[in-house]
Amino acid sequence: MNSEPNPIDTYPHWWRLLFGRFTLESLPLHEPIVVVTFVAVAIGGLAVLGLITRYKLWGVLWRDWFTSVDHKKIGIMYMVLGLVMLLRGFADAVLMRSQQAIAHGGSDGFLPPHHYDQIFTAHGVIMIFFVAMPLVTGLMNYVVPLQIGARDVAFPFLNNFSFWMTTGGVVLTMMSLFIGEFAATGWLAYPPLSNIAYSPSVGVDYYIWALQIAGVGTTLSGVNLIATIVKMRAPGMSMMKMPVFAWTSLCTNVLIVASFPVLGAVLALLTLDRYVGTNFFTNDLGGNPMMYVNLIWIWGHPEVYILVLPAFGIFSEVTSTFSGKRLFGYASMVYATVVITILSYLVWLHHFFTMGSGASVNSFFGITTMIISIPTGAKIFNWLFTMYRGRIRFDLPMMWTVAFMLTFVIGGMTGVLLAVPPADFVLHNSLFLIAHFHNVIIGGVLFGLFAGIYYWWPKAFGFRLDPFWGKVSFWCWVVGFWVAFMPLYILGLMGVTRRMNAFPGTEYQPLFVIAAFGAALIACGIAAMIIQIAVSILRREQLADLTGDPWGGRTLEWATSSPPPAYNFAFTPMVHDGDAWWDMKNRGYKRPLEGYKSIHMPKNTGAGVIISAIATAFGIAMVWHVWWLAVISFVGVIAATIIHTFNYDRDYYIPADEVTRTEDERTRALARTTSPAVA
Amino acid sequence: MSARAPASDGAHSGSVHVEVTHDHHEAGHGSRKDYVTGFVLSVILTAIPFWLVMAEVFTDPRVTSFVIMAFAVVQIVVHMVYFLHMNARSEGGWTMMALIFTLVVVIIALSGSLWVMYHLNTNMMPMSPGDMRNMP
Repeated sequence: MNSEPNPIDTYPHWWRLLFGRFTLESLPLHEPIVVVTFVAVAIGGLAVLGLITRYKLWGVLWRDWFTSVDHKKIGIMYMVLGLVMLLRGFADAVLMRSQQAIAHGGSDGFLPPHHYDQIFTAHGVIMIFFVAMPLVTGLMNYVVPLQIGARDVAFPFLNNFSFWMTTGGVVLTMMSLFIGEFAATGWLAYPPLSNIAYSPSVGVDYYIWALQIAGVGTTLSGVNLIATIVKMRAPGMSMMKMPVFAWTSLCTNVLIVASFPVLGAVLALLTLDRYVGTNFFTNDLGGNPMMYVNLIWIWGHPEVYILVLPAFGIFSEVTSTFSGKRLFGYASMVYATVVITILSYLVWLHHFFTMGSGASVNSFFGITTMIISIPTGAKIFNWLFTMYRGRIRFDLPMMWTVAFMLTFVIGGMTGVLLAVPPADFVLHNSLFLIAHFHNVIIGGVLFGLFAGIYYWWPKAFGFRLDPFWGKVSFWCWVVGFWVAFMPLYILGLMGVTRRMNAFPGTEYQPLFVIAAFGAALIACGIAAMIIQIAVSILRREQLADLTGDPWGGRTLEWATSSPPPAYNFAFTPMVHDGDAWWDMKNRGYKRPLEGYKSIHMPKNTGAGVIISAIATAFGIAMVWHVWWLAVISFVGVIAATIIHTFNYDRDYYIPADEVTRTEDERTRALARTTSPAVA
Repeated sequence: MSARAPASDGAHSGSVHVEVTHDHHEAGHGSRKDYVTGFVLSVILTAIPFWLVMAEVFTDPRVTSFVIMAFAVVQIVVHMVYFLHMNARSEGGWTMMALIFTLVVVIIALSGSLWVMYHLNTNMMPMSPGDMRNMP
């Protein structure tokens, strides 16, 4: 790209003033794949917008969802965002798998290198930041306040704002597909490649501003959930009586708050390098690109645990519920979680053993990495002992949990293998590493999220997901995962490095074809999941759950109706035991039927949407160097925030008779159920 | 679950300032004396480093920079005690816990980075084969 004349030079001065460095040549019209995608997305998008308009849903969406400060609705919006982005991230994966299956023995495949580089970068960024993070945050948002018996999170408006900032990051990333290009640097954008000298176009700027804007949302939602868990637990719920999912959420959010500022700072330094010519990470003038690698992994390694700890929490809840037993070793589970939280800050160098540190540094970080497998192993044993002599029910959440245990242990073991520095010198940057981290992220995080989605779906919507299509999806996913990634382990051991666009010989092709077949199986799994959701919505009457407790649950979220009323609990529950709801059921708890009081609630506000929309405009302006818009939108964000602080109309009361009506309806619903799923 | 009075209504809305949410609100607002003490201390702690640099008190600039950093640390403590009203008991001990965690993470990140980058510098800079054999 460097050698070509810059098309912006042919544009008049007023154009550059108005549109910065945007030119009509920035539209990727020369890439047929992108054009076809754009046409498909445009038609699909227009159809969705048309349907929303046709059925007059804009008002409902705006009033009940976009401006909602209800943690349950925000949680669901996070989940929708994550699942939609999963489709985009997976489309990238399919492109890569098919390219690598074809491009052998002189064939170039169908993706030119520059496009291929953008695809693997976008795949990584989207899957981590815009799939895994929203799904994790969404589940925590939905479940944690219910589990601790709270009415909402500590700062309901901030929650809404955090969601929309994350969406702002998504908007920037998706925009880069059709306007300009995305970074072609790998998902962490290492300099010097990501510096202005080697990546002069808008790709890295899209990357930087998408992550900065989404990062604000993530950090604030971390602050919010910490405050919620620390300050708003139901009376009687001491820290050691908290559900394990609440514990892992607390630790995850502590990790978020402590590590995301590091990401923000390191990206800010890269921004300065790119925009004002500083030399933090350049090759000369005192810059040091390795400092970037060092800093970004100080964020990056805790990020791994940010994703997997909530998954561990989900498995704990699911295992104990579906084994009909109290979780084995609750205290050890909590301590293991806390130990992982601290240790996750002591291992970052294992991502760059080969960068040139001496033996003492490498051994230190190798050993800390191996130590971190001990608390993780303890957790696996706790789940196994919970299942031991339990009355196990193999519903979908439990199936995903068992699949997790089998898959994750392999991923964990290859991780310990990679933690040995001499072995890492052989395997670094190879497909073995790719197989390893997909093994722990898909086998650990994603399987956990699916278990969580199946487990809490009935709570959120009042009906279960269809088990037949769920099982189809389960088997396609799990088998597909193994078929897609085991070949990569083998290829990695054979010495194939990651991020390759084409291979001169044909000796690797069979294994890549097998991997592509695995990706096709996963595609079937995703399709089955979409069919499952559609079928379940159509059959919601048959799949309905009126009890609010379809699985024989043990924690407080199952004490209220499905879906829960806006205020969650008419009366704040009193907690006497770790498994609070199980304990209440055993003590013959009777739902109070009268004496309802009016309930103080936070009011919806559009400020979150507005402020983050202006912030997104700021991001776009910075990417394209549209300075007038950057100044206006930057001032706009600050002004809108200040104006919002003068909005004193923030709360309202749900009157007592409305609470009574809602609760009476629940009483009638409960009377209609013959017997709960499990006595 | 008995019908509880809305004392636990703390569960509702943080953006609305309801006093019941702050059960452990012992970290009250400081007295005028606290603020004045804090202000005077921070002015002194700022003035001394300026004087050290401008009057060139130490001949070795490295000594100056270390002394300035020491003053900065004291400055941080002054701000935490007098302006943020932090002590071991505030917010039921959570403030202290958060501070300790922050210190642990910051110390790990800073000392670790220095160690790692020092090693990289020693190992990756051009050197003779003889130097190569005696690497740390």
